[in-house]
Amino acid sequence: MIEVIDGERCTSCDICVNVCPTNVFDKTDGIPVIARQGDCQTCFLCELYCPEDALYVSPFADQAQPIDLVALKQTDSMGSYRRAVGWTDETCDRRGVDRSYLLFGH
Amino acid sequence: MPNPTHRAERVSAPEGSVVFEADVLVIGGGPAGTWAAVSAAERGARVVLADKGFCGTSGATAAAGTGVWYIDPNPALREAAMADREKMGGYLQDRRWMARVLDSTYQHSNSLADWGYPYPVDDRGKSQRNSLQGPEYMRLMRKRTKLAGVTILDHSPALELLVDDDGAVAGASGVRRQKQDRWTVRAKAVVIATGGCAFLSKTLGSNVLTGDGYLMSAEVGAEFTSMEFSNPYAISPAFGSVTKTLFYGWASFTYDDGSVVPGAASKGGRSAIARALLEGPVYARLDKADDDVRHQMRVSQPNFFLPFDRTGIDPFKDRFPVTLRLEGTVRGTGGLRIVDDSCATTVPGLYAAGDAATRELICGGFTGGGSHNAAWAMSSGAWAGQGAADYATQVGPAVGRSLRSAGAVALRSRQRRAFAPAALARAVQAEVFPYELNYFREASRLQGALGRLDAAWRDVSEADAADASEIVRAREAAAMLATARWMYRSALARQESRGMHRRDDFPDQDSRQRHYVTTGGLDEIWTSARPHAEASYAEAAE
Ligand SMILES: Cc1cc2nc3c(=O)[nH]c(=O)nc-3n(C[C@H](O)[C@H](O)[C@H](O)COP(=O)(O)OP(=O)(O)OC[C@H]3O[C@@H](n4cnc5c(N)ncnc54)[C@H](O)[C@@H]3O)c2cc1C
Ligand code: SF4
Ligand code: SF4
Repeated sequence: MIEVIDGERCTSCDICVNVCPTNVFDKTDGIPVIARQGDCQTCFLCELYCPEDALYVSPFADQAQPIDLVALKQTDSMGSYRRAVGWTDETCDRRGVDRSYLLFGH
Repeated sequence: MPNPTHRAERVSAPEGSVVFEADVLVIGGGPAGTWAAVSAAERGARVVLADKGFCGTSGATAAAGTGVWYIDPNPALREAAMADREKMGGYLQDRRWMARVLDSTYQHSNSLADWGYPYPVDDRGKSQRNSLQGPEYMRLMRKRTKLAGVTILDHSPALELLVDDDGAVAGASGVRRQKQDRWTVRAKAVVIATGGCAFLSKTLGSNVLTGDGYLMSAEVGAEFTSMEFSNPYAISPAFGSVTKTLFYGWASFTYDDGSVVPGAASKGGRSAIARALLEGPVYARLDKADDDVRHQMRVSQPNFFLPFDRTGIDPFKDRFPVTLRLEGTVRGTGGLRIVDDSCATTVPGLYAAGDAATRELICGGFTGGGSHNAAWAMSSGAWAGQGAADYATQVGPAVGRSLRSAGAVALRSRQRRAFAPAALARAVQAEVFPYELNYFREASRLQGALGRLDAAWRDVSEADAADASEIVRAREAAAMLATARWMYRSALARQESRGMHRRDDFPDQDSRQRHYVTTGGLDEIWTSARPHAEASYAEAAE
């Protein structure tokens, strides 16, 4: 489930509020809030669309997991999905590396 | 390019609502809905697309990505592709439809390449088109939908259909949940592309898929088919949501004590996993993947690894607990019955596409292992969009038609107190999640579940309208309840095992039951048998 919005990185662009399919976030005058965490479907898509790598979705789908943001920021987890699919400037060559065709039919 | 002035028109409306006039309304913005919208607009129709979430991220494809049934137009390859799955699907496919879908998928995938989808190129320089990355594909489809002049309403779940005096479908209405107001689209034809029903099981990307389109369609009298083929369960880490199963082809499955679960496999041995899970935890380890395969897995499906990387599990070396999450009609084959090549339903003005429609025509009773669903979503989407646009042209100017809202449960004032949606959703889950009820079916257990589900339906149909803050949830829970009842009623009617439908009391396939089960109704659910196409062709020839 979605666990944090990092207030240091977030620019209040509200993209996450728009793109979350289950409407988990609410707009505010500043940084959006996680208003309905229990509705999160753990799809990781808000992370893909956040231009600032300011969001973190924990992989636990059924339970909330308290997160230590300071420790988290010392790992490379935030934004890792976006980099892996090639949605950052530095990694855009990864958009065409799908090798599923070698794996189908196993 | 379509004429950009062909846009749906926003007309004046009372405070707290927006109203559009259009030719075609598409409900749902996954692959089926976006292909429908683009194709209708290309025919010159004025189109509105309303999605519950955000068109581009919402639905099963956006989150999961899909293999695609893309086969080069070489007769031998095509023949092999069609023959390949017939046994698994219980011989309920229809060759004519399979051939149409292969042609159409080939064309649409090639359009995606022209539009800039970054298909990978193999060692011999050939572009490989049998896989689509979900976020990438659906971001592109949103862009194409906008370019086609379609008006997109995001965060705008549809609640009910509108019908005219003759009972033809003529639009829908719903809420704009981020604007706290209501929308109405008056249209000449409607495409239902709301996906399947996965019962809020948290299978990847599917909590927006609660069978809403089925409920709305049933309220105008539409029929369903193959609803007994609605019990696929997908493997995921026990704690997680990533139900992508391809890589479990390289897994070994073990009990708590480390011994191997006999017969367990992702393909062809998933029921052994379900039986073992009834006894206790089951673990997986992808220890059959060599270094090359591991690398290919990482680059092909990055989200598969998120649950592992973020919990410090090495899935190739460590054993991790797994579970099976119900996917219902998302990777089942049941859905709205379509009656012609344009994906029309039995109700005038109503079309169906993608998981909202049956996939029996190309998959019969089994779709696990993917590819066919994605091919169906783009093909049926395009056909339904074109069919709806052509129908709208025939209807002609629709001035002065008086329209009526067709929704009932949770929408109308009634005697009893409004029901609690969350409690109802849990009650439905308690009847459809358990492996001993739904994976392994048997008459008395199915009847027990149906008794409880029918009683719940009587309660909710007498309940008062839900208030604004609960209305979407209430309709979702009611749609899940209705879906469960069509599913189990059809499962009782099929007294054999075929495709994904397994009856403990009828373990064998029965050649006399090579037919389809049709179902429908809300207060009273009915079923009937329809002959398979080959049987009806044979009759016609006599
Ligand atoms: C984990 C997973 C992996 C899969 N892998 C494969 C694969 O490899 N190959 C394959 O062929 N298939 C696969 N599938 C199936 C495939 O994803 C679906 O068949 C496909 O997404 C169907 O497209 P659709 O447009 O009909 O529905 P969806 O993509 O589910 O979209 C439905 C849309 O309808 C919207 N909606 C729902 N209710 C309403 C409402 N009331 N009002 C307005 N909008 C509404 C939703 O928000 C959503 O955007 C997979 C599915 C899952 C869950
Ligand atoms: S998308 Fe990222 S930067 Fe934008 S509001 Fe959301 S968290 Fe903040
Ligand atoms: S993980 Fe998906 S459902 Fe959860 S907040 Fe992010 S976008 Fe929304």
